Amino acid sequence: MIQSVLRGAGLVAVLLLGATPLRAETIKVTIDNFTFTPAQVTVKVGDTVTWTNHDDIPHTVVSAGKYRSKALDTDDSFSFTFAAAGDYKYFCSLHPHMTGVVKVE
Amino acid sequence: MSLGDQDENGVSRRRVLECMTWAGTGVLWTLSGGVPRSLGLVDAARAAEQQASGLTFLQISDSHVGFDKPANPNAIGTLEEAVNRIKAMPVKPSFMIHTGDISHLSKAAEFDDADRIISQTRLDVHYVPGEHDFLDEDVKLYKERYGKGSRGAGWYSFDANGVHFIGLVNVVDLKAGGLGNLGAEQLAWLEQDLKGRSKSTPIVVFAHIPLWTVYPEWGWGTEDGGRALDALKGFGSVTVLNGHIHQVMQKVEGNVTFHTARSTAFPQPAPGTAASPGPMKVEDAKLRSLLGIASIDFKVGAERLAIIDTPLAG
Ligand SMILES: [Cu+2]
Repeated sequence: MIQSVLRGAGLVAVLLLGATPLRAETIKVTIDNFTFTPAQVTVKVGDTVTWTNHDDIPHTVVSAGKYRSKALDTDDSFSFTFAAAGDYKYFCSLHPHMTGVVKVE
Repeated sequence: MSLGDQDENGVSRRRVLECMTWAGTGVLWTLSGGVPRSLGLVDAARAAEQQASGLTFLQISDSHVGFDKPANPNAIGTLEEAVNRIKAMPVKPSFMIHTGDISHLSKAAEFDDADRIISQTRLDVHYVPGEHDFLDEDVKLYKERYGKGSRGAGWYSFDANGVHFIGLVNVVDLKAGGLGNLGAEQLAWLEQDLKGRSKSTPIVVFAHIPLWTVYPEWGWGTEDGGRALDALKGFGSVTVLNGHIHQVMQKVEGNVTFHTARSTAFPQPAPGTAASPGPMKVEDAKLRSLLGIASIDFKVGAERLAIIDTPLAG
């Protein structure tokens, strides 16, 4: 009983550590079949999102006034680190029907 | 292909819309009295007769030089095959139009290869850009090479044999969630370009993305294409030639004929028949039946141009 409480306390400590900005995460978004997956991600301030294109056609990741990738050829990636909270809508400037959003809390 | 449209001008649809399948290259367009008709590259006699009374030009599209993925590992090779077919034509066309996506990634070497191969046709080529031609960091390679005498992102017009040709750009400043885009500046220029022109002048408009809405779910259409068509209202013969969707599609609406050409690089699926509009891998034996060029034939006194789509093989 005492042991399991201690273990529980240790777990809490690890989780708290994980929540500090020092442990910023990288969240992956893939591009397959002209679709951002997942189309909506929620991240914390300081986190990085990495988009990787798996299509045989180049795509871009553009959030007006915020960030803009080069044309990503097959298997190319683009990363952006979010320093401020907000909703960052983005799209592919070559195939504008492809849209997504990053919610930064 | 919507060949079911009714012709409203009493012209035999069969005569007007012979959408013949060549043995694999492009579309040969003939403007006969303003009527677009497609001529088979193989039909030498008809071509000779055509040259005496009208104008024949070629359309080539979506070369995607640099593409090397499974759908066609050798897009340069199939462009060369298309060019060889053009060189072998019994009657030389007056010129060629290229409806964009010359390169796959806008690399200087890709544009160089495209020029080296396409120039072997020894034809004047009038280009408009596709979205794949504007991918370089400074977005300057296309304009440097093909943009001389053009306005804005590369639009222009010219005349040949009494036909007025208008090259438009609908691949820049695309808006999230939207389709192809011409923009206010280009539309204003278009209205000005058409102002005072006799309504009997046959008009040929060409641009990369279809100006009509083919399949918005895949972005196959132009947001403000309707405004361009408004500006063309009243003209007796309007032919709209596009690429981008890598397959032949044709529609007639009143005096306007819409037509898209095959790619010389890789096929794309019919609307809604695949998970995405990306390159479609087919059996090797079938590939060349889905690539090609077009020939367009104009005859003085006719109302529509004839368009002939010719695959590279089969
Ligand atoms: Cu295209």
